[in-house]
Amino acid sequence: MNAETPVEAIPTADDRKIGPVLMEMKHITLRFGGVKAITDISFDIREGEIRSIIGPNGAGKSSMLNVISGFYVPQEGEVWFRGARRPQMKPYQVARQGIARTFQNIALFDGMSVLDNIMTGRLTLMKTGLAAQSLWWGKAQREETEHREKVEKIIDFLEIQAIRKTPVGRLPYGLKKRVELARALAAEPMLLLLDEPMAGMNVEEKEDMCRFILDVNDEFGTTICLIEHDMGVVMDLSDRVVVMDYGKKIGDGTPDEVRGNQAVIDAYLGVAHD
Amino acid sequence: MLYREAGDFKTSYASDSQTFPIRFDRWRYWAVVAVAFGVIPFVIDDYWANAVAVPFLIYAIAAIGLNILTGYCGQVSLGTGGFMAVGAYACYKLMTAFPEVSVLIHVLLAGGVTALVGVLFGLPSLRIKGFYLAVATLAAQFFLVWLFNKVPWFYNYSASGQITVPERTILGVAVTGANTPAWAKYLFCLVLLFVLAWVARNLTRGSVGRKWMAIRDMDIAAEIIGVNPLTTKLSAFAVSSFYIGIAGALFFAVYLGAVEVGEAFGIQKSFVVLFMIIIGGLGSIFGSFAGAAFLVLLPVLLKNVLVGQLGWATDLAAHVELMIVGGLIVAFLIYEPHGIAQLWKLAKEKLRLWPFPH
Repeated sequence: MNAETPVEAIPTADDRKIGPVLMEMKHITLRFGGVKAITDISFDIREGEIRSIIGPNGAGKSSMLNVISGFYVPQEGEVWFRGARRPQMKPYQVARQGIARTFQNIALFDGMSVLDNIMTGRLTLMKTGLAAQSLWWGKAQREETEHREKVEKIIDFLEIQAIRKTPVGRLPYGLKKRVELARALAAEPMLLLLDEPMAGMNVEEKEDMCRFILDVNDEFGTTICLIEHDMGVVMDLSDRVVVMDYGKKIGDGTPDEVRGNQAVIDAYLGVAHD
Repeated sequence: MLYREAGDFKTSYASDSQTFPIRFDRWRYWAVVAVAFGVIPFVIDDYWANAVAVPFLIYAIAAIGLNILTGYCGQVSLGTGGFMAVGAYACYKLMTAFPEVSVLIHVLLAGGVTALVGVLFGLPSLRIKGFYLAVATLAAQFFLVWLFNKVPWFYNYSASGQITVPERTILGVAVTGANTPAWAKYLFCLVLLFVLAWVARNLTRGSVGRKWMAIRDMDIAAEIIGVNPLTTKLSAFAVSSFYIGIAGALFFAVYLGAVEVGEAFGIQKSFVVLFMIIIGGLGSIFGSFAGAAFLVLLPVLLKNVLVGQLGWATDLAAHVELMIVGGLIVAFLIYEPHGIAQLWKLAKEKLRLWPFPH
């Protein structure tokens, strides 16, 4: 091999393109009766980045994710998505805009196989009507095959070929989490919300999941917003981190900035009351 | 040895997702279809048609319909009898109002009318679930039966309050009325069942079916991945009621001939069809067939054995029959809540590995 051979640069994490603001939360306040779950929080998510939301239990992280996915409607504040203010929407309309998510407690469809579960992720992209479906031959079958090909790519990507036709109810916890990620990916989302993707996993499973998250971000260029309790994981994966405590934002920035933030340290380690 | 996937390689996604992936199953399916269409019409007599075949075919259509709503979409309905009555009365009104139009079109239109009524009574499902929805559909059952009793327009002001089917022909052969040959009744119902079952299979294997099942398994997650619960639930109500309406129309026009609504389409009918899909298997087309066969054939079989063979008194046999059928339903619920379809599936899995246990 001589010195002139051009060596193709292997893309590293630093080369990834962080684009303009994809989603912006402006002064969000969410109340449940008298309880304030989120108080006046603003932050943005940029295209192509991995954004984490961390905080102690009950800080309002999941509520924040539910606001983004349209499940909760905040009493105050605005959600901006792709440069436009998002009107109040039902969760299924949010999904059609290109926002997919996974759940803290797995929310798969237990009565269906892994393949069918992942295919449900593509429901927003499948357009055949009831009449064509009832005849099957022709349009419906073509569409099904087309989407099956895409789904098979995701199955390969997440290395779950062997369990394709297994009913989801029979799978162990770690694999269920992976299937749920596959279902979210199948929708080809612009923004992927992951609610504690590593909760309850052992070290190997966590490493696998981290690898998948990084690969998704790298290869598909998907913007990811995740909630996680494992600090090592968060600090390694994220480009930027939001820290919440008691429904308020106490920190925002790169992992290093957040790590040095006194308010964050206090929230996690506690402060002496003297 | 025959029952293997080995050697039967799938080279396309279409062939991988076919209904019967094992070759032996495909042969068996075509054999059943061939016998049903090619042999039975030539040998069937009045007794077999009226006691066994025709009710089985009609109940199978109704069971597929209810299975789409309850088994696939997870919305419990106790209004089946009422919706069957809608199909029957719609068919009657159409037949008497437009005698020159083919009865086949009337039956299909009766299904369409029932679909509209089903959507109307399905609207509460957007707010209420489970038992509460069951009670709401129960209201549909009683309201519809009351309506058809109370408003004389529906039974064309006949003195008895009954509706009686006029004679109609398809290709010169009577399919409704007193002069219908057994094979014509059988074939008319069979063709409709065959087409409807095929359509049901198509709907449940594609994106429509996945939407239904997503709503059934976890409605919140379904909404988050982009399934509109309103249109999905209502489409299930519409398709389900279409099937049940056709079953009702056939039950009146082909099977009974004359109908008094409270007797033929009472709350009992709702329960019978619900038992069929519970025993047969929720969320399975095959289960709908199995359940219909079970509940239609078993009473006939028991009656033949108890009265014909053992010489019991008819009323005693009728009561024992009720007890046995009831006992079997309870036994099924305890030992195999997923019904005959699940037993069938387990048997097939064992057969694939036979003679090895694992």
